[in-house]
Amino acid sequence: MTMENTLSSLPAGLEGRPVFELRGVSKTYKRRNVHALEKIDLRLTEGSFWAVIGSSGCGKSTLLKIMTGLLSPSEGSVMLSGKPVTGPRRDIGMMFQQPTLFPWRTAVENVVLPIEIRDGKKAALEKHKDAKALLDLVGLKGFEQVYPNELSGGMAQRVAICRMLITEPAVLLLDEPFSALDELSRDFMDMELQRICKERNATTFLVTHSIPEAVILSDMVSVMSPRPGRIAATVTIDLPRPRTLEMMTEPRFAAYVKQIRELLDKGAFL
Amino acid sequence: MTNKQTGATEEAACETVWAAEKVSWIDRLPRAVTMFLVLLVFLSVWQLVYALKLISHIILPSPFATIEEIVTVGLNLLTGDYMLKALWTTAQEVLIGFMIAVVLGFFLGLLVGETDFGERMVMPYLVAINAMPKVAFAPLFVSWLGFGIASKVALAAFVALFPVIVGTAAGIHAADQNARMLFRTIGASRWQTLTMLKLPTGMPHFFTGLKNAAVLAVVGAVVGEFLGGGKGFGELIRIAASMINTPRVFALIIYLSLLGLGTFGIVLWLQRKLIFWHKETITTEELFE
Repeated sequence: MTMENTLSSLPAGLEGRPVFELRGVSKTYKRRNVHALEKIDLRLTEGSFWAVIGSSGCGKSTLLKIMTGLLSPSEGSVMLSGKPVTGPRRDIGMMFQQPTLFPWRTAVENVVLPIEIRDGKKAALEKHKDAKALLDLVGLKGFEQVYPNELSGGMAQRVAICRMLITEPAVLLLDEPFSALDELSRDFMDMELQRICKERNATTFLVTHSIPEAVILSDMVSVMSPRPGRIAATVTIDLPRPRTLEMMTEPRFAAYVKQIRELLDKGAFL
Repeated sequence: MTNKQTGATEEAACETVWAAEKVSWIDRLPRAVTMFLVLLVFLSVWQLVYALKLISHIILPSPFATIEEIVTVGLNLLTGDYMLKALWTTAQEVLIGFMIAVVLGFFLGLLVGETDFGERMVMPYLVAINAMPKVAFAPLFVSWLGFGIASKVALAAFVALFPVIVGTAAGIHAADQNARMLFRTIGASRWQTLTMLKLPTGMPHFFTGLKNAAVLAVVGAVVGEFLGGGKGFGELIRIAASMINTPRVFALIIYLSLLGLGTFGIVLWLQRKLIFWHKETITTEELFE
């Protein structure tokens, strides 16, 4: 078990090609005079899974907005696949706490929405086959033509996963994706997410409030402290992959949870 | 108490719960029957009030005289006599006024809901005009547009306009933060965000506005006819009232309400077709079946 405050020593297997790089990203909202983020450094390598945990108001949503290019940082640089992020990018897929499906579109039509917006109706129709394959991948075979109000919360969130994946993004940004689900569905969805990420070798950045979720999914877990938001500590999770729910009962898992819990408690009073 | 006894009391308790879940007699009657019963009670009270002369017969005619008039007016309408022509005149005023209100209201709602200019500079004026009693403009419309159909169309449109504006603007604001953020991260243009997110999300609000407008358009047209004459149903009501033919006034009002129900029905039908995905639409559907 190692804890790094700098990212100089990455664990074996994580020294791949960097996909997403944030260097010294700070954000100050001048009008309200709020210092939201302070020198954030992140380096997501290809196929890695990084989670960020922090209390409410620690600047997570500002960080996500900067990463998606919806906000520009006051200082520092954001690079994605070697190019600076200056606006919405095609190679970023995003998911929220709510499925945010559109009730007038069937499941498959919801999935191809990003294609329709970017390349038009015709391109979207051509992608229907891919969309169906994705729905199949998340276990929603036969639900292609169903409208969202006939889907359960977990099913809707799985459709949202497909919508995120249809554009084949290089990076997945997940903003508390399963926190609206019940505990059982959440565990199940976490395992699904792991499987999908592995299958597609996706680079993933997860924002969550759940320490167990962060530990079971991630290679790295960063703890954020508020005002101004910064990364207080980063923990490398050295558990074998694929992770299973049984691992949650292992002492190693419990030790990681305890360590992060302590870091969070310390960070809150800084 | 032994275990067996506890079991028995529990069973008894269960039975009492079952017994309490009796279906009330109102639920067991078919809806048509209960509705008819309410009408029957209403008519009986009316007849009683009439028979006891609690209210002057000029003010409140007998229910039988009124029903007779309903039949007379109905026959006149069916044979395509002057009353049908009057109803058609009013229907035209209502429909044209309504359509003007929908188109104009939609664009004003778009202006107010979507643009900063509209929200900051146009909205305050609309709020101020909306606070005015709009039917008070009737004499003005008559003096501007004459005694023909135009002045009534204008008043109907004017009265029906504001619910459409409010419905459209509220609808545009209805899309939630995440949906907007999703569209932005996908890279949707402003036009795409409007047509693929904001307008569809706002449809239920828009239709709420339309339903209010459908009913108000009839109000506008009839008030216009009261004050500006013409050949519509409002004029028939005014004449009947001036001749103290109260049963006829009642009968005419009932047929007029069919006009309001008709426009309302058209909007409801459209709503079912267009926003089948909206839960409350489905409930209203059930309500009217």
